[in-house]
Amino acid sequence: MGLEEKLPEGILTTQLETLVNWSRENSTWPLLFGLACCAIEMIATGSARHDISRYGSELFRASPRQADLMIVSGRVSNKMAPVIKRLHDQMSEPKWVIAMGICASAGGPFNNYAIVQGVDKIIPVDVYVPGCPPRPESLLYALDRLRAKQGKETFRTYVDFKAPPLSKQPDEISSLESLRRPQLA
Amino acid sequence: MDWLNLIVIPVVRSLVLIFVLLTGFAYLTWYERKLLARFHVRYGPNRAGPKGLLQPVADAVKALFKEEIIPGHVDKVVYLLAPALALAPALLIWAVIPLGKDFPAVADVPIGFLWILAVAGIESYGVILAGWSSNNNYSLLGALRSSAQMISYELPLGLFLISILLLAGDFSLVNLAEAPRQWWEWIWLWIMFPLFFICVLAETNRSPFDLPETENELIAGFQTEYGGIKFALFFMAEYINMITTSAIMATLFFGGYALPFGIGSEILPWLGPFILFGKVVVLLFLFIWVRASIGRPRYDQLMHFSWKTLLPISLAYMVITALLTVFLKA
Ligand code: SF4
Repeated sequence: MGLEEKLPEGILTTQLETLVNWSRENSTWPLLFGLACCAIEMIATGSARHDISRYGSELFRASPRQADLMIVSGRVSNKMAPVIKRLHDQMSEPKWVIAMGICASAGGPFNNYAIVQGVDKIIPVDVYVPGCPPRPESLLYALDRLRAKQGKETFRTYVDFKAPPLSKQPDEISSLESLRRPQLA
Repeated sequence: MDWLNLIVIPVVRSLVLIFVLLTGFAYLTWYERKLLARFHVRYGPNRAGPKGLLQPVADAVKALFKEEIIPGHVDKVVYLLAPALALAPALLIWAVIPLGKDFPAVADVPIGFLWILAVAGIESYGVILAGWSSNNNYSLLGALRSSAQMISYELPLGLFLISILLLAGDFSLVNLAEAPRQWWEWIWLWIMFPLFFICVLAETNRSPFDLPETENELIAGFQTEYGGIKFALFFMAEYINMITTSAIMATLFFGGYALPFGIGSEILPWLGPFILFGKVVVLLFLFIWVRASIGRPRYDQLMHFSWKTLLPISLAYMVITALLTVFLKA
């Protein structure tokens, strides 16, 4: 997304890939926001007992421009959905998403008109964490899975990557349906 | 050999200095994160390299390979210029800081003191331009806060500096570091040190005076629209400022590159930079200690403290110093 797009393929790029992936694994800065009860567990993950900073992820950035990871910690209401989508658009590539808790993953106990049934309806999710709420250990395990995924990424995926269309301004959104990502085959 | 002395040697010296400072910045972030972790009874970064020592490398590479976003609504030229403007003064100040006996970092100018004040004055431009060019309410508010705070705290800081000048009677930093002082002068200086340190905290926008970037009110303040390597430049500016001000404080209050009572200055003159380094590390510890222990004040409290408390104190301090200099030194 940055320099790597311009590079030819070969041994050098493979080595560089390893370095870049390693650096991304070890410095994933999450976006500072919480949505519901799960956020409390996310905060606990940052506290002394669980210590997310071991992964170098304790720098929760308030501005989406500086963040790499979006931890959707809680249920996403229909009103919040455009905001989440927008924040996700504002984050610069490469970016990752963890759907924390059953609400963010699939709607959970709130199968009703007000809650988006899983945040993957509006943004792509990398790791799903089950639980209501997941314990901080689960979130750390999710971070481990994410690190494994980051370690396997190649520059190729970014060259072929087509950015999804940017979301609309809040007043242009006619219905939630218009925000939906096209269904995956 | 004039051109050698005039151009080549200063350039080489500056390059070495910049390299050392940038490495210092990288490991200052590690130092801070590890220390904060210790203060919170945590481990701190320990996945990247032994004891997390490669953490700064990971952060730097990640920032380099992040997508470069230039939002559509910004003033492009100023937006790109601002991070550089914030970083350059922090590096420039180092030119006059003495690293050893007859060994200034780049040059020993007789008005080194004024140089520091002048360059420190430029510093706020980077922040203000960043806030203005981002075309974002949060950025602008953060920048305004920052400039108001800097101006308010520059006054007492300047008055304290004048007092130091009165005591030493010289503008050159090398002479300031070496100035022979009587015992009452040291004590008088150290009484002022905590107040001076508070001003410095506010000048460098460090916690607890990091109001320009309070997350709960202003997102990330003037840096809100900056990401990737441009944000890293602001980060760098802040941390190098910390190093610079620590070095200045070490020079003004703790004898700079010299050991107390002149121990070893004759036998081991090359020890100077290392002693200065040690003092800087201790002062940086102080910065981080304060950050880990004290919460932010409200913005009006911050302003009141500067104008109603620090300013009168610094004025009184200056007058008393002048009297002391006249009656005890002359
Ligand atoms: S998964 Fe449970 S804890 Fe998390 S937001 Fe939903 S209801 Fe709250």
